[in-house]
Amino acid sequence: MSADVDAIVTATDVDKYFGSNHVLRGVSLDVGKQEVVCIIGPSGSGKTTFLRCINHLERIDGGRIEVNGHLIGYRTKADGELVEDSERNIARQRTEIGFVFQRFNLWPHKTALENIIEAPVKVRKVSRAEAVAQGEALLVRVGLADKRNAYPNKLSGGQQQRVAIARALAMKPALMLFDEPTSALDPEMIGEVLEVMQELAADGMTMVVVSHEMGFAREAADRIVMMDDGVVVEQAAPSEFFTSPRHVRTQQFLSKIL
Amino acid sequence: MHGLVSAVDWHLVKTRIFDPNHAFAQALFRTVYIAIVSQVVGVGLGLASALFQMSRWRVLRVASYVYVLLIRGTPLIVQIFFMYYGANLLIGADLFPRDVNFGLFSLDGAIVAGMVALAVNEGAYMSEIIRAGIASIDRGQMEAAKSVGMPYGLAMRRIVLPQAARTIVPPLGNEFNGMIKNTSLLAFIGVYELFLDAEQGYSVTFKPVEYFIGVAFWYLVLTTIWSLIQVQIERKLGASDREEGEGWVQRILGIQAQGSRGAR
Repeated sequence: MSADVDAIVTATDVDKYFGSNHVLRGVSLDVGKQEVVCIIGPSGSGKTTFLRCINHLERIDGGRIEVNGHLIGYRTKADGELVEDSERNIARQRTEIGFVFQRFNLWPHKTALENIIEAPVKVRKVSRAEAVAQGEALLVRVGLADKRNAYPNKLSGGQQQRVAIARALAMKPALMLFDEPTSALDPEMIGEVLEVMQELAADGMTMVVVSHEMGFAREAADRIVMMDDGVVVEQAAPSEFFTSPRHVRTQQFLSKIL
Repeated sequence: MHGLVSAVDWHLVKTRIFDPNHAFAQALFRTVYIAIVSQVVGVGLGLASALFQMSRWRVLRVASYVYVLLIRGTPLIVQIFFMYYGANLLIGADLFPRDVNFGLFSLDGAIVAGMVALAVNEGAYMSEIIRAGIASIDRGQMEAAKSVGMPYGLAMRRIVLPQAARTIVPPLGNEFNGMIKNTSLLAFIGVYELFLDAEQGYSVTFKPVEYFIGVAFWYLVLTTIWSLIQVQIERKLGASDREEGEGWVQRILGIQAQGSRGAR
């Protein structure tokens, strides 16, 4: 697979426990540059947890994750042992990785534009004028130029999620992670968010998407990854995945949702 | 009834309220700045203690718990006496000398010890208020801040605390109301503030009722002014969104009713 040549994400044997609950059991996944990978699977399969591990919102208990060649969340000591990295380094690594949450998590005390320019100004130290110009361009890109000064509570769910995508893009990340970005939306708003994501994919953004939107997976994804019970069950290109799933658990899952 | 009321020297009460002397003016000024400085420092201590309590490091969490337990579990007047008389003995050094030199000005050691005691006491109560305020903010807010590369401190300052302020400010206002009145306890270590001014006046004239009505009136003035300021702050923060029907009169009366905690 091309992913090996030019990988943005390299996850190897990732283990994760919540207490005694073994939620990730040796997950390995490579994502190539400009690749769009959709992770699907039943709830509780560990797909969201895995996504959160990629930008170290969750600590991992085994294995390693690299993004753009940098080990995420940990550093190697002289004796080869891994220890959790400093907060500052972890924060720096996260600037490379955009994350879109199921529940948007916009900051309610800031307007749409302020949500977008906050990190560029405060973290990247971009000048305010430049950040505003870039933020306005991003609002145009997600189709919300007229909502520049609106507070999140005046926006619909779909609009909030599009601002959240713009907020993540403002850091010019090399990778975008989407955690069920349409699950909290009313049905009529799902389309506008998927449209923005599809444009993003067409522009060559590297994306990992946890989603139940099979239409999006079929059209925009380069690869579908099926997770169940903390392991990757199978992965294939969408055409192959949907027409001839090999694993029995994939067949069962697809028969339920399609 | 007539006899009781006429026994009070109303002329003296009037003088104490409307025509106070120079010593009184100084005492009033002292009460105000002691309350403000102690409250500001107390909020700082409370914030530090609240963050310690949410820390990953056990040592900091335990330190914060012990601080809150000790301070909330003992009377303020004991803490004030301890700070002024006890700390020097305990440390073996003159922690609060007769005059504390701050470069530009110097202060009576009792005032400094008193402010430290009030601030340390206030910090324990603010710690709980701030912790609850931060806990009321959805975890996703911090996660979103982290996801765009903000370190913890920046995320706290820019994202979480401004939102938590809406829940912190109303009880903080009540705390300051209490602080204004608690400064009176510093009279017992010889700080010449409003209460000591009144006490000295009555000990010369043997007219306690007149002097204490006078001083009570001035505390009421201070706390009422503060209530008005607090309403403005809350309005600015949008903290009173939910209570839009309430006028400022009810707000002030409500705040007075909750705020009168007295000595603790």
